Amino acid sequence: MDFTFLGDMFASLLKGLPLTLNFWVLSLLGGGTLALILNLMRTTRIGNAVAGAYVFVFRGTPLLIQIFMIYYGLAGFGFVRQSFLWPFLREPYWCGLLALILNDAAYTSEILRGGLRAVPKGAVEAGRVSGMTRFAILRRITLPLAFRQALPAYSNEVISMLKATALVSTITLMDMTGIARAAISETWRAVEILLCAAAIYLAISLLVTRFSAWFERRLSPWHFGRTTP
Amino acid sequence: MEFGKLALLGFGPEGWGLVLVRAGLMTLAVSVAAFVFGLGLGILIAWARIGGNAVLRRLAEVYVVVLRGVPDILVIYLFYFGGRQVVTAIGTGLGFEGPFDISGFVAGMLAIGLISAAGQSEVLRGAYQAVPKGMVEAGRVVGMTRLTLFRRVIAPQAMTTALPGMGNQWQSVIKETALVSVTGLVETMRQVSVAAGTTQEHFLFYAAGAVIYLCITTVSDQIFRFAERRSLRGHPQGGM
Repeated sequence: MDFTFLGDMFASLLKGLPLTLNFWVLSLLGGGTLALILNLMRTTRIGNAVAGAYVFVFRGTPLLIQIFMIYYGLAGFGFVRQSFLWPFLREPYWCGLLALILNDAAYTSEILRGGLRAVPKGAVEAGRVSGMTRFAILRRITLPLAFRQALPAYSNEVISMLKATALVSTITLMDMTGIARAAISETWRAVEILLCAAAIYLAISLLVTRFSAWFERRLSPWHFGRTTP
Repeated sequence: MEFGKLALLGFGPEGWGLVLVRAGLMTLAVSVAAFVFGLGLGILIAWARIGGNAVLRRLAEVYVVVLRGVPDILVIYLFYFGGRQVVTAIGTGLGFEGPFDISGFVAGMLAIGLISAAGQSEVLRGAYQAVPKGMVEAGRVVGMTRLTLFRRVIAPQAMTTALPGMGNQWQSVIKETALVSVTGLVETMRQVSVAAGTTQEHFLFYAAGAVIYLCITTVSDQIFRFAERRSLRGHPQGGM
């Protein structure tokens, strides 16, 4: 095995890491915010229908087609090209980020919905009885309980978003996968290059798994046989 | 976009309708092949994690962690480019003349099957563990062999528990097959890209592709729901 080649490969792949992390963090932040909005919309009937349709479409189609639709498809509309958004939607970076955010929002809103549904009625009633405002109940009872409930599922979503960022390489962006793809067509040593890239992704997702397990134990210590964090 | 452009999606001489239907069927074919392959491997992995010795258990665990932590597209590239690299190495080693190639269908089926096996094994393991211990013990006490026990006590209950999870796995397999388009296999994603490039109607064709995927996911969702209701017959929580 050619270790200098592997070392060089790692070094050049790591140059794509900032872009991968950039997409990952921003899409989770944007997607999380949008997911919260979608869940707040669900309190009205029309909003519920809109949120349902949104989730149906974005969970029922592959992310790749969503990326292509935004990157290639939107440019076909004259009004998009004339709007103030065009300087953004012309760039593969913003198109990729938009697709990732919209996709993540659909999955996260379902996870959050499950968490919200699992909040015991009694806890909310107890808050109301003790005179909390609706906002205080949301902030101090509903959201913390929902978040703790949703954490295991959400950590899976965090990892799948890391993996999803690899798809932005299909619209010319040079994230880690994009660099790997370019290196393959240059050297044709696909196996070594792809294993290097896979190792980096794997290391990050293992870190996330570890962190979320630790966080879960801290948030619900009684599940793990301890009464204090 | 005028309505005249919708003729592009029709079955007329100008229309791409027939080609798109064929591509949709190809997506379905790759999905089914990958899912079945993943199911077979997933059963073996779940078995190794439940009943294997320490080494097997550890290996199965590592497999699941690795396949769930690596982007799917890298696995597909690995099979497509790597497969070609391996086939070429073997081929030239045996004295054959190149160039060698590996079919996109096989590469996609193997790659997505391997990814799906990791997820399916977790669903199956969870379902097995949800079978009440007392039932297994009762079976053992009345003298059932291990096979009978599995066939008459464990499998019927575990299958019911596993169905919703397996439905989710199937849905992700369908969506993952879109990535196989990078190998050049003419499935839905690839076909709509080609059509979009040829006609310069990008939005129209990607939207058509999205509708094809939505049809496949919706219909299969209904089938899984039906199966779920059916499998709950005679259970207190529901049935038909």
